[in-house]
Amino acid sequence: MVELGKTFLQAAIGIGAFLAIILLIYGLTTLLRGRAKERAQIFPFLGFAVIFLIVGLAIPAIRTIITSFYTNKGGTGLNVDTYIGLKNYRQIFADPKTRMTLLNNLWWVILGTGFSVGVGLIVARTADNMKNERLWKTLIFLPTVISMVGAGIIWRFILTKSSDPKHEFGLLNSLTGVFGAKPRAWLLQQQNYLPGLPHVNTSLLIIVFVWIQAGFCTTVLSAAVKGVPDSLGEAGRIDGATEFQVFRKITIPYVMPTIIAVTTTTIIAVLKVFDIVQSMTGGNYNTNVLANEMFDKAIPQNRPGYGSALAVILFVVVVPVVILNLRSQRRARELG
Amino acid sequence: MAAVLFEKASRIYPGSPHPAVDNLDLQIDDGEFLVLVGPSGCGKSTTLRMLAGLEPIDGGSVFIGTTDVTMLPPRERDIAMVFQSYALYPHMTVGENIGFHLKVKRLPKDEIKKRVLQAAEILDLVPYLERKPAKLSGGQRQRVAMGRAIVRQPQVFLMDEPLSNLDAKLRVSTRTQIAALQRRLGVTTVYVTHDQVEAMTMGDRVAVLRDGILQQCATPRDLFTRPLNTFVAGFIGSPSMNMLPCVVDGDLGRFGTLQLPLTPSQRTALTTDKVTIGVRPEALKMASSDDETKGLAVTILTVEELGSDAFLYCTPVDHPQMSVVARAEGLSSARPGSTVMLVPDLAALHVFDTATGDRLAE
Repeated sequence: MVELGKTFLQAAIGIGAFLAIILLIYGLTTLLRGRAKERAQIFPFLGFAVIFLIVGLAIPAIRTIITSFYTNKGGTGLNVDTYIGLKNYRQIFADPKTRMTLLNNLWWVILGTGFSVGVGLIVARTADNMKNERLWKTLIFLPTVISMVGAGIIWRFILTKSSDPKHEFGLLNSLTGVFGAKPRAWLLQQQNYLPGLPHVNTSLLIIVFVWIQAGFCTTVLSAAVKGVPDSLGEAGRIDGATEFQVFRKITIPYVMPTIIAVTTTTIIAVLKVFDIVQSMTGGNYNTNVLANEMFDKAIPQNRPGYGSALAVILFVVVVPVVILNLRSQRRARELG
Repeated sequence: MAAVLFEKASRIYPGSPHPAVDNLDLQIDDGEFLVLVGPSGCGKSTTLRMLAGLEPIDGGSVFIGTTDVTMLPPRERDIAMVFQSYALYPHMTVGENIGFHLKVKRLPKDEIKKRVLQAAEILDLVPYLERKPAKLSGGQRQRVAMGRAIVRQPQVFLMDEPLSNLDAKLRVSTRTQIAALQRRLGVTTVYVTHDQVEAMTMGDRVAVLRDGILQQCATPRDLFTRPLNTFVAGFIGSPSMNMLPCVVDGDLGRFGTLQLPLTPSQRTALTTDKVTIGVRPEALKMASSDDETKGLAVTILTVEELGSDAFLYCTPVDHPQMSVVARAEGLSSARPGSTVMLVPDLAALHVFDTATGDRLAE
């Protein structure tokens, strides 16, 4: 109890001191005159945000890039000391497992994003003006509020083939059992049903992600679809278009800026996926992805240099997506 | 091109106790320009949307030509529509907007190009074919919406207040252009407006609606000279017709000092002893001094001077709660506050049964 009280007291003193400093600086600026006063007064409001961005984002980012050129001597924590140039990167690309990891990431981007946005768009369109529209949308949105780790654990129950005789297998095995199929350890299934497609277990992990992300996509796209003036669809129908043609040639182009925003947001979320993989397979059985590999190397295996190099690769992959997003937003503003 | 027929067509919006369109019987001839007019909420837009297939038909049927289109979706009705908001596809260029129907119909590319260019030439849109609608003025957008309709050569044109988003001057010139274009193309046209000037100037015939019920469908001239009931009489004409509530006394209708003659057939057709006699402002003249006894004594409240003529807003001396409008010569000598005699033109009276509101024929 005493410890807890102390912690709270410390926090209160810290926050109090911070506010006192801001007030003090603000007070001092009121002594100034004219333009100098205006400029100085920006500082207490904007200055701290900038400092936090630098300390919390810019410096760690730069440090990560630097760290990726170093190795640690097997010391503790983040102690890095030997400069090894691009060796970490060479190692990453030389590792045969990396190919699998990158391939998995590619499938995550294609299928995870494709299905999330696709499901979102279809639900947004079909639920529009339907009876109980809110109910359907709430149902599809619900998983979005579950943490990815929580979702991973829930789905592991569904996919499990436990050795515990009381709960011998999970929901999916019970379902397939109805059709006479033998229970399987789904998360260990490394074959693919069709050549070229991802492994069964990776596909199942992607389904968990889609389950979570589709709700977000639906919500945003639904708002956009509702923004399409009714008269546009009516004009299309009179112009001879079928419902599908109206959707494809009028609705989709109209909401395209939103589709791009949702797609890029989802791609970034997909590339950062770590929790689902970590909580369901731990990246084993050829289900590894970049972010999980980064965590595995940097923390449990205590190789911050190697982990940082992976982080930089991830960053480089995300940058074009962010640029695409920004560009599309600017174009949407211009079209107004 | 085809005739249009509404047969006892009704539309009842879910949750509404009254039909938006109630048992509409309306025949529109091939090539005719028919205007649907009425106050807001009268069902004119609903009627148009029923013909377009955008509104389901809850009773009766609708024909285009000889085809019963009651159950057909819009795309199978071969109609073109100009929307009040224009409803241009914002992501398509002017050319693509005009050619959308042809593209959906999978016409050959050069055929589409040719017909789009033809339509654009008619509407002076050639320099703008590559532009997006966002970069056009209001008048240009309106023309693109027209282009989208005429490029199709449809059975029927439907226009839903296509001029209401234009400024007053452009509205007048576009009004004439649309009417001329329709006559040139000869396509049956149904045109919705709440503006009676548009209705009267554009339509071959005008259908007046109120509360979902067709009041009268006639040529502009008939509508003006022989309105079938008090609603049409009051709706058509500006300022509105003066409606004088009269008491029947023998073969006269009396309103204050005014005595208006009734024909024998009007007297026998009456259901009560009350009759409403309508006099248009232009049929109500300030009396010269010698026929002062035959008129209605009124006090002038305001004078609306328009230059070419003037409208006198008056209140009868005997009926101070009523108001009467009369037209006077332009630059009139009438002054507010003065009392004058107004004399109606007895040949231009409209007699209605007060109980039913229906016109009583001479």
